[in-house]
Amino acid sequence: MPRELLKGNEAIAEAAIRVGLEAYFGYPITPQTEILEHLSRRLPELGRAFVQAESEVAAINMVYGAACTGARVMSSSSSPGVSLMMEGISYIAGTEIPVVLVNIMRGGPGLGNIAPAQGDYFQAVYGGGHGDYKPIVLAPSTVQEAIDMTVMSFDLAEKYRTICMIIADGSIGQLMEPAELPEMRPIQRQNWDWAVNGTGGRQRRILSSIYIEPKDEEIANLRMLKRWQEIQKNEIRFKEYYTDNADFVVVGFGSAGRIALSAVRAARHQGIKVGLFRPITVSPFPFAQLEELSKRVQGLLVVEMNMGQMLQDVQLAVKGNTPVEFYGRPGGVVPFPDEILHEIQRVATSKLSLDADPRMSWLDRATAK
Amino acid sequence: MQKEIIIAGFGGQGVLFAGQVLAYAALDNGKEVTWIPSYGPEMRGGTANCTVVIADEEIGSPLVQNPPLAIALNLPSYDKYEPLMRPGGVLIVNSSMIDRTPKRGDITEILIPANEIAEEIGDKKLTNMVVVGALIASLPELTIADMEQALKNHLPVRHHHLLPKNYQALQRGYDLAREQLAVPQQ
Amino acid sequence: MVTSDIARPENQVYCRPRSFTDVSTHYCPGCTHGIAHRLVAEVLDEMGVAEKTIGVAPVGCSVFAYNYFNTDFVEAAHGRAPAMATGIKRVLPDKVVFTYQGDGDLASIGMAEIMHVAARGENITVIFINNAIYGMTGGQMAPTTLPGMKTTSSPMGRDVEMQGYPIRMSEILATMDGVGYAVRRSLHDPANIRKAKKAIRTAFEAQRRGLGFSMVELLSTCPTNWGINPVNSLQWVADHMVPVFPLGDFKVSAAVGDIRI
Ligand SMILES: Cc1ncc(C[n+]2csc(CCOP(=O)(O)OP(=O)(O)O)c2C)c(N)n1
Repeated sequence: MPRELLKGNEAIAEAAIRVGLEAYFGYPITPQTEILEHLSRRLPELGRAFVQAESEVAAINMVYGAACTGARVMSSSSSPGVSLMMEGISYIAGTEIPVVLVNIMRGGPGLGNIAPAQGDYFQAVYGGGHGDYKPIVLAPSTVQEAIDMTVMSFDLAEKYRTICMIIADGSIGQLMEPAELPEMRPIQRQNWDWAVNGTGGRQRRILSSIYIEPKDEEIANLRMLKRWQEIQKNEIRFKEYYTDNADFVVVGFGSAGRIALSAVRAARHQGIKVGLFRPITVSPFPFAQLEELSKRVQGLLVVEMNMGQMLQDVQLAVKGNTPVEFYGRPGGVVPFPDEILHEIQRVATSKLSLDADPRMSWLDRATAK
Repeated sequence: MQKEIIIAGFGGQGVLFAGQVLAYAALDNGKEVTWIPSYGPEMRGGTANCTVVIADEEIGSPLVQNPPLAIALNLPSYDKYEPLMRPGGVLIVNSSMIDRTPKRGDITEILIPANEIAEEIGDKKLTNMVVVGALIASLPELTIADMEQALKNHLPVRHHHLLPKNYQALQRGYDLAREQLAVPQQ
Repeated sequence: MVTSDIARPENQVYCRPRSFTDVSTHYCPGCTHGIAHRLVAEVLDEMGVAEKTIGVAPVGCSVFAYNYFNTDFVEAAHGRAPAMATGIKRVLPDKVVFTYQGDGDLASIGMAEIMHVAARGENITVIFINNAIYGMTGGQMAPTTLPGMKTTSSPMGRDVEMQGYPIRMSEILATMDGVGYAVRRSLHDPANIRKAKKAIRTAFEAQRRGLGFSMVELLSTCPTNWGINPVNSLQWVADHMVPVFPLGDFKVSAAVGDIRI
């Protein structure tokens, strides 16, 4: 397929269609509405199901129902809408069925605003809904990655019978970049041994998240964790830039990661030996890889468009091997490369402490201005 | 090579499309490119802007604080971006809608009466193509021919009868900018 | 006669309502949200209740309603205004509490909340703006979108086979025992605007007298997302919306019927 100039939201929608999306259920919300709008045109055209639900609560439960049949289904929303979906997400997790979700994050909490943000990291990575479960969470930083991860997310969700959520921020949703879409594939509904589609003479199947006997629920929980162990072993993805000979490494995901790349390059021009580590799966998180890295650098700088959420996972990963510093822009403010460059310069020239709380020292710097 | 361009004006002045034509031209020339609009309530009624980044390698930030190249189609955009320009940068000013004098001495400001030129050509909607033409005079990575090709490749066929006028608009802007660039600035 | 002879307080027939703040609205040209706001503000002025009124703003184009009314205000989550209003009214029963909601907010995501606030006969007033579309998010299909109407999420026109039929909220709520007043008016011309104001006054009077839930549905324009100019939009309401959403009183309880304005 040739490279085309594609908008992130539309690219996600079209990529899903090309790999066999059979049904979409969603509710309008900025800055992801183009996904819904694109699918409202394309799916009926192809004779597939599109429903604008009355709310995100309904949308996620429509997804729940459709996913139980074994079809490829998805929904998309933005932060406040994803919060509304949390009940259904927990039920889907408890039922162990594959579902693809997209969160084009915006500034929060509450109604917040519609500007790009990464404040939903905790909600996505740590599940968000009630109970013990972990979804796969992918964080694209370019339109091409958004396409590739959409494709991948269906495979991962099905392989592990789990929720796979793509978290991108509003700027990736609105961004146009050259990218390549996958070939159009015919729908091939798998003959899953769990799907409910009418017994047709076979043993009946029941899909549910209810385990009245705590012992049974415990077994289900352990089964899910076992599967998670596999996911952790097989599915970790990340990208490194200039880390081979780096004294310092910036860690950022999604937009913050790519913005940091500009700053890292500028710092390299100034002779600062700095690299970039960009987690692509934020769940499972590349703990081991960061731990390795932490043994050979003089410090890490975590950059996020929130108040330090992935920061906690980085801290867990490095086990105190090296100082961790933080720079964040919460609330929908997008950092410019110059700000991050400034932080890199600061980190490269100051005496870093292993004991300081990076979030609190960032807060002090941020509010001193 | 990396060039960042901000195009700003009122919604309805064709700001976003102008940026897309640049992006298409860059794409057709095998470059990396990003195009990102301002979005949301800002879009409605008020000002609109987009940022285009053209580069040889993977692009980091699609947004830029101090652009080396910009187009201001109206006064609010001029007031916003003139102070933000990178020293040595080039700012294309739509003098049809901006009557105040430049405040910066360390950038090149090219004054283009784009509305008048567009009306002379016969369609006031061509204002955006006039200023894009003027920008090309300071963007050696792309030529007017590249822009023409991009318009041809990506404008829906039902609009193709408008191509000659679009080409004219690009050329008029380009020529005027070249003339001004030839005169050394004080 | 010179201007100063005429421009005297006793001759004044029109001014900015006191219940309005001194800021101009963000609404698009030709949008009737501004008229609806003004009618509410005039009613609050006439009843002298602005100081004891608490408004609940929705999520939708009128999300910033709190900027325009000179009363206390809260901002609800999308669709949840009636629940928030319930909370306020139960704690402060002597205050005047109203919600101001669009059709996506009230009839789609907030359907449960509006039905149950009505079922409880909650003594609040709802101003319901029906413009047949989602304005704020850029023109998607609403539950009130007319059959065949094109929106950004029904690009081929609302196909009732696939996307269902428009919901008539006033008629539905009229079936509920807790409702004292449920009427539909329109904002497409001065005569209808006058009737709308009278209805809003009646609704707030009903609340003041503790006569149960009251709602005024107002047919409104959205020139930007309909892609119709402001003047033609008014005509479009009359020609296309009124036939689907007939104007009238769907429920006026006996006690509310006794209110004389
Ligand atoms: C939970 C949630 N879902 C979606 C949205 C996005 N959203 C904001 S306004 C709106 C629709 C507003 O339409 P309507 O209620 O008809 O009011 P109008 O803008 O037309 O006045 C939507 C879907 C949101 N803010 N929160």
